Amino acid sequence: MTSRNSRRNAVNNLMLTLCGVCAFLTVSTLFLILGYLVYHGAKSLNPNFFVQLPLGEGQSGGGIANSILGSAEIVALATLIGLPVGFFAGVYLAEFGGKTLPFIVRYTADLLNGIPSIVIGIFAWTVVVVPMHHFSALAGALALSVMLIPITARSTEQFLLDVPRSLREGALALGANKWRTIATVIVPAARKGIMTGMILGVARISGETAPLLFTSLSNQYWSGINEPTASLPVTIFNYATSAYEDWHQLAWAAGLVLLALVLLANIAARMVISRGASVPR
Amino acid sequence: MGTSPARITPNASPTKMPTTHTENQSQVQTATPKMRASNINFYYGSFKALHDVSLDFAANKVTALIGPSGCGKSTFLRNLNRINETLRDTRIEGEITLDGENILDKDVTEIRRRIGMVFQRPNPFPKSIFENIIYGPRINGLLKNRSAAEVVEQSLRRAALWDEVKDKLHDSAYAISGGQQQRLCIARALAVDPEVLLLDEPCSALDPIATAKIEDLLVSLKHQCTIVIVTHNMQQAARVADTTGFFLLGKLIEHDKTDVIFKNPAKKETEDYITGRFG
Ligand SMILES: Nc1ncnc2c1ncn2[C@@H]1O[C@H](COP(=O)(O)OP(=O)(O)OP(=O)(O)O)[C@@H](O)[C@H]1O
Ligand SMILES: [Mg+2]
Repeated sequence: MTSRNSRRNAVNNLMLTLCGVCAFLTVSTLFLILGYLVYHGAKSLNPNFFVQLPLGEGQSGGGIANSILGSAEIVALATLIGLPVGFFAGVYLAEFGGKTLPFIVRYTADLLNGIPSIVIGIFAWTVVVVPMHHFSALAGALALSVMLIPITARSTEQFLLDVPRSLREGALALGANKWRTIATVIVPAARKGIMTGMILGVARISGETAPLLFTSLSNQYWSGINEPTASLPVTIFNYATSAYEDWHQLAWAAGLVLLALVLLANIAARMVISRGASVPR
Repeated sequence: MGTSPARITPNASPTKMPTTHTENQSQVQTATPKMRASNINFYYGSFKALHDVSLDFAANKVTALIGPSGCGKSTFLRNLNRINETLRDTRIEGEITLDGENILDKDVTEIRRRIGMVFQRPNPFPKSIFENIIYGPRINGLLKNRSAAEVVEQSLRRAALWDEVKDKLHDSAYAISGGQQQRLCIARALAVDPEVLLLDEPCSALDPIATAKIEDLLVSLKHQCTIVIVTHNMQQAARVADTTGFFLLGKLIEHDKTDVIFKNPAKKETEDYITGRFG
C-alpha cells in the first residue's frame, strides 16, 4: 500500500517537474530572443534610426524609416483584405451551407494554412508580379492576405461554434431571423475570441519574409503602393545576409523594432477587446 | 340565412332556426382552442420521435406536459414555435394552428414573435439586463409607439423582477442569480407580447424559492396569454396547470383536467406513471 502510494507520488512529482521545466523552456526562449535582440540591437537605436532612410552599401548610420512605413502599409492592406474575407468565410463555415460545400471550404482553408509561406510568395509572384512586370506593396499585401484569410476563417469559425446553442435558440425564439441572430447575438458573444484570433493572425503575417521577397521586394527610398517597397522583415533579411558588420547591427535593431511593434499592437488590441461581458460557460 | 325568406316546411318552426345557429356558434367558440396540434409526426433523421400527437391548448389556460425522460415532451413543445426545424435533418408531418391558421406555412419569425419560449436553463444574452429585454421589441419593430424604458419596466414587472433589478438595469445579465436570470428570460419573452408562452422545464435549475416565484408568476400570466409548460415535477403540474397531457414513448397517452389526470386517469399507463410505477 505505502509502496504504491510512494510510487504514485513519485510519478506525480516527476510529471509536475516535467511540465514545469517545459513551461520554463517556453518562457525562457522568448526572453532569450528578446535579450539577444536588445543586446545586439539596442546600441543602433537612436532617433535617426526611426526617421532616416538607409544609407548606401558599407556606410554606417542611417535608418529604416521606409521599412517601418512599408511594413505598416503592407500589413494594413493585407489586413483590410484578409480580415473581412476571412471573417465572412468563417461565418459561412460555422453557420451556413449544407455538408459538402462547407467541407470543401474548410478543407481548402486548412490546406492553405499548411502551405509554406515561400510557396505563397512564388504564387503571388506568378499571378501578380509577373503580369504587372514589377514588384509592389500591393503584391506583397495580396500574398500576406492569402495567408491571413484561412487563419481568420478557421479561428472565427471555431469561436462561433463555441457559442452555446441556447443563445442562438433564445434569439430565434424571439422572432429574429438567422442573419439577425448571427449579427446581434452569436458574433457579439464570440467577439473576444474572434478578435483575439484576428490579432494573432495579423501578428503572424507581420513577420513573414518569404512571401515579401517575391512580391514587394525592397527599396532604398520611399515608395508608392505600386512600387517595390521596403518592409521590416525583408530589410532584416537583407542586412543580416550582407557582408558588413554595421549592417548586422542594423538587422538586430530592426528585429527589435519589429518585435516591439507587434507586441505593442498586440497589447493595445487586447486592451480594447477585454472590455465588455463574456459568456460564462 | 336570416336574409333569405324563410321557407316554412311542415316540421320546421321558424323560431328554431336562429336558436340552432347561435348554439352552433357558441359551441364552435368554446371548442376552438388558442392552439391546436393535429396528427403530429416528427422525425430526427430516421428516428420517429412523435407519433400522431393531437392536442388542443385552450386560451388563457395553463397546459402541463408530463412524462418520463425521452418521451418527446421537449420535441413536441419545440415544434409549437417551430424552433425544432432549425435542427438539421428533421421533418414534421401534421398541422399546428394558432387561432385557426396553420403556423407551418406562415412566416416563421412572426410565428415565433407570437409564440414565446422559455428554455430549461436560463439563456440571457451577453448583454445588459436592459438590452436583453429590449432585444425582442427592437428586432420586431415594436418600439415605434412606446419608449424602450417603458417596455423594459413593464416586462420586468410582469415577470415580478422589477423591484430586484431596477437599480442595475445596465449591469450584465450574468450578474444576477439563476432564478433571476430565468425570470429575466420570461420578461424577455413577455416583452414582445406573445399570445402563447412555451416553457420547457423552466424551474429545473432553480431552488424551491425561485421555483415558487415562477409558479406564482405563471398563474398570474395566464390572464394575458396561453401557457404550455413541460415539467418533471408533478406537484408543479398540479399547482399551476388547468389541464395536463401525459406523454409516453412519443405518444400522447391522455390529456384531461389536471385533477382528473392525477386522481382518476383514464389510462393504465398514466396511472402507473403518476403512482411512480415507472418513469
Ligand atoms: N436533436 C436530436 N437529435 C436526435 N434525436 C433527438 C434529438 N433530441 C431529442 N431526440 C430524441 O427524441 C426523443 C424525445 O426527446 P425529448 O428531448 O423530446 O424528450 P423529453 O421528453 O423532453 O425528455 P426529458 O424529460 O429528458 O427532457 C428521445 O428519444 C431523444 O433521444
Ligand atoms: Mg426535455
